[in-house]
Amino acid sequence: MMIRFIAIVCLLGIGELHAQDMTALVKKVKAKLDVVNDYTAEGVMKTDIVFIKAPISKIKVFYKKPNSFKLVKDGGISLLPKGGISVNMSTIIAADDYVALAAGDAVFEGTKVKLVKVIPTDENSNIVLTTLYIDEENLLIRKAVSTTKENGTYDMQLYFGKYAQLGLPDKVIFSFNTKDYKLPKGITLEFQDTKQQSDLDKLKNKKGKVEISYKNYVVNKGIDAAIFKN
Amino acid sequence: MWQLIQIELFKISKRPRTYISFVAITALIAAVQIGLKVDGASYVDFMMSTTSSIEVNGNVLNGYLICYIILQMLLVNIPLLITLIAADMISGEANMGTLRLLLTKPYARWEIVLAKFVAATFYTLALLVWLAILALFVSMWVFGTDDLFLFKSSYIVLIEKNDVFWRYCGAFAFAAVAMTTVAALGFLTSVFSDNSIGPIVTTMSIIVFLTILSTMNIPLYATIQPYLFVTHMNSWKEFFDQQVNENNEAIVGSIQNPGRIINSLWILGLHIVGFVGAAMYFFHKKDINS
Amino acid sequence: MEQLVQVSGLSKRFSNFTAVDDLSFTVNKGDVYGFLGQNGAGKSTTIRMLTSLIQPTSGTITVNGVQLAGNKKQVLKNIGAVIEKPDLYKYMSAYENLEVFAKLSGVPHGKQVLMNQLEIVGLANRASDVVKTFSQGMKQRLGIAIALVHNPPLVILDEPTNGLDPQGIADVRNLILSLSKTHQKTVIVSSHLLSEIEQVATRILIIDKGKKLVEGNAGELLDPNKILLAIDTQDGARTQALLQSSEWTNYLQPMRENTCVLQLPKYDVPKITTWLVQQGVQIYAITPKQTLEDYFLNITSGKQHVATYTN
Repeated sequence: MMIRFIAIVCLLGIGELHAQDMTALVKKVKAKLDVVNDYTAEGVMKTDIVFIKAPISKIKVFYKKPNSFKLVKDGGISLLPKGGISVNMSTIIAADDYVALAAGDAVFEGTKVKLVKVIPTDENSNIVLTTLYIDEENLLIRKAVSTTKENGTYDMQLYFGKYAQLGLPDKVIFSFNTKDYKLPKGITLEFQDTKQQSDLDKLKNKKGKVEISYKNYVVNKGIDAAIFKN
Repeated sequence: MWQLIQIELFKISKRPRTYISFVAITALIAAVQIGLKVDGASYVDFMMSTTSSIEVNGNVLNGYLICYIILQMLLVNIPLLITLIAADMISGEANMGTLRLLLTKPYARWEIVLAKFVAATFYTLALLVWLAILALFVSMWVFGTDDLFLFKSSYIVLIEKNDVFWRYCGAFAFAAVAMTTVAALGFLTSVFSDNSIGPIVTTMSIIVFLTILSTMNIPLYATIQPYLFVTHMNSWKEFFDQQVNENNEAIVGSIQNPGRIINSLWILGLHIVGFVGAAMYFFHKKDINS
Repeated sequence: MEQLVQVSGLSKRFSNFTAVDDLSFTVNKGDVYGFLGQNGAGKSTTIRMLTSLIQPTSGTITVNGVQLAGNKKQVLKNIGAVIEKPDLYKYMSAYENLEVFAKLSGVPHGKQVLMNQLEIVGLANRASDVVKTFSQGMKQRLGIAIALVHNPPLVILDEPTNGLDPQGIADVRNLILSLSKTHQKTVIVSSHLLSEIEQVATRILIIDKGKKLVEGNAGELLDPNKILLAIDTQDGARTQALLQSSEWTNYLQPMRENTCVLQLPKYDVPKITTWLVQQGVQIYAITPKQTLEDYFLNITSGKQHVATYTN
């Protein structure tokens, strides 16, 4: 709460001096995304988290306006960092209750982008602050860095291909800090699990990452709302 | 020889004691399965509460996980059930007095010992097959199948559904070798006694003693730990760990440390040969005075 | 007579004592060979060596011309044995026990043959009952059926009447006689009771402390007109050698310590005394032992109740 208060005060203060309200740009991006009422897509998910050994898995995602999103592993168990990953930009900017402020220009992987700080004004929002890297020319969000109340900071990079027109990414790389994750040993059911220190060391040098590659988007064909239940 | 083995199997099948183990396993597994069926959700919630930072979607409590939980609990206790029969194979006959009758039949003693050991191994395998039927197949039927989600002490392993079954085949095959080692030890101790209680208690004492020794973190014991058979009895779990590539993607169909399994099999195999060889040697020398 | 069993120089030493000491004897085909001695005399150890349960320290055992050492399988095919109480698989029926041992003996008989075997020992009507419900006598009879299942020429019964009631003892006695007379088996039967042996044995061997004391034809050994004579002389070995090379050799029994033992008709006592004096033997004592029973009673030193001998 305090963090958000300070962030808003600072940004508003800075905004008074340097920044302009970027709400219009965000709204333009949103408008582009709003063309999509719903979609399903198939994809491949790689989970690269320091303490998880998981294979690449096929997934299906479902989206329905305004903010229903579901990721289903194709007949299996999916592991995702809790809280942060809705893996969809629409949900970040779906609501109207935010303040969007310019934070300068930058180049993201060869593309000029505008940095926009989005601060939700809803007290209950889990996201405290999101920095969007917006490709103004194509009205695409290339990157988003979100700070949450409970789950640390997430970093989402989006790569676009043939669905760029609809604002739908071909690939999303979701990075996050893994140092907060802990597995208590009492619950492991491993009586004599030998420490595989070298393997762990190898794993430990990495940041937690989830990479989803999409294909076969099916857009605006209607989705049964029941899918999002449970 | 086959005739001898058949007779030994017939004798095992006629003994009421034989079925204690099967009943015990059935009761234990049923208790676990019923417990998890009735209250599995809260069990999963409890497990997941320890990883509050991870969101797990899917049928975590599926047949494969149930089987893993059962194996973890039971494979520690099954040596006792195997010892009940294996340590009684010779001493029980000495106790009953039938050993005298048996040894006056036209067979070499090594043939009798080997037939009895093979029969004890069959029994061990039968027990494991029963365990597999109940723990794996019944669990698969009751709880369904899905990916196997395992908490290791330092990491989580997620094994794809289609990549699990062969691991259980491997694990049960490995467990068969491990349990045969227990049977061989029980068998060896039974050569020296004319009653069954002594060898059963001795075998279990040896296993408990060596297990404690194998887990003590003292340099003196650390040097002998790799050669103790009990150290290797849990290596079946190696089947449920997989390698990752440089991108930290688990490689489907891989085993993290296949070398450990092979090493363990060697150690266990050598123990079996050693125990049975010693049993043959001492039994050959033994005067039947009882 | 054709010899079936030859035992020569058989000894068994355990760590702290000698159970059998240089024992030699011969069993002829058709004999019911009574093996007599008090408890601990070495009977069971000898029988266990005959059946390969115990390895001899020295000596040889030959059955049907084949040495036991190195030919165990071949020799054991000729032997059916019941060693002490025939403890059987008590959780199996009589028929199953018999079937198991028939297979073990390499003669998997059909059901009818096995039932006939049970009929012989009077257990056909209890064939499907589990053995744990059997009396000791029934177990003993089933044990004998098992010993006979592969039709061996030699049957060895170690203390077969131990623990039996009078009816059980009579049954076993009749069975032994039937084995010998009806089924033409050679039987070695051990006991610590003369009364049991004398009623069935054709030849008798008495051992004590692992050594042979007396061996001979039962009819002669038990003849009331014969007397056992213990002759104590200055030089026992010389006296024994003299007797062996004389006409008295047929009456001679193995020496016991320094004493020569002869079993001979009463009327020959004066004659042998005169003969020994003529040979210059210094006689210290001649002790008559009227019957085998007296002799056995003497060696068992009142430790056993020995049935009164009557003829």
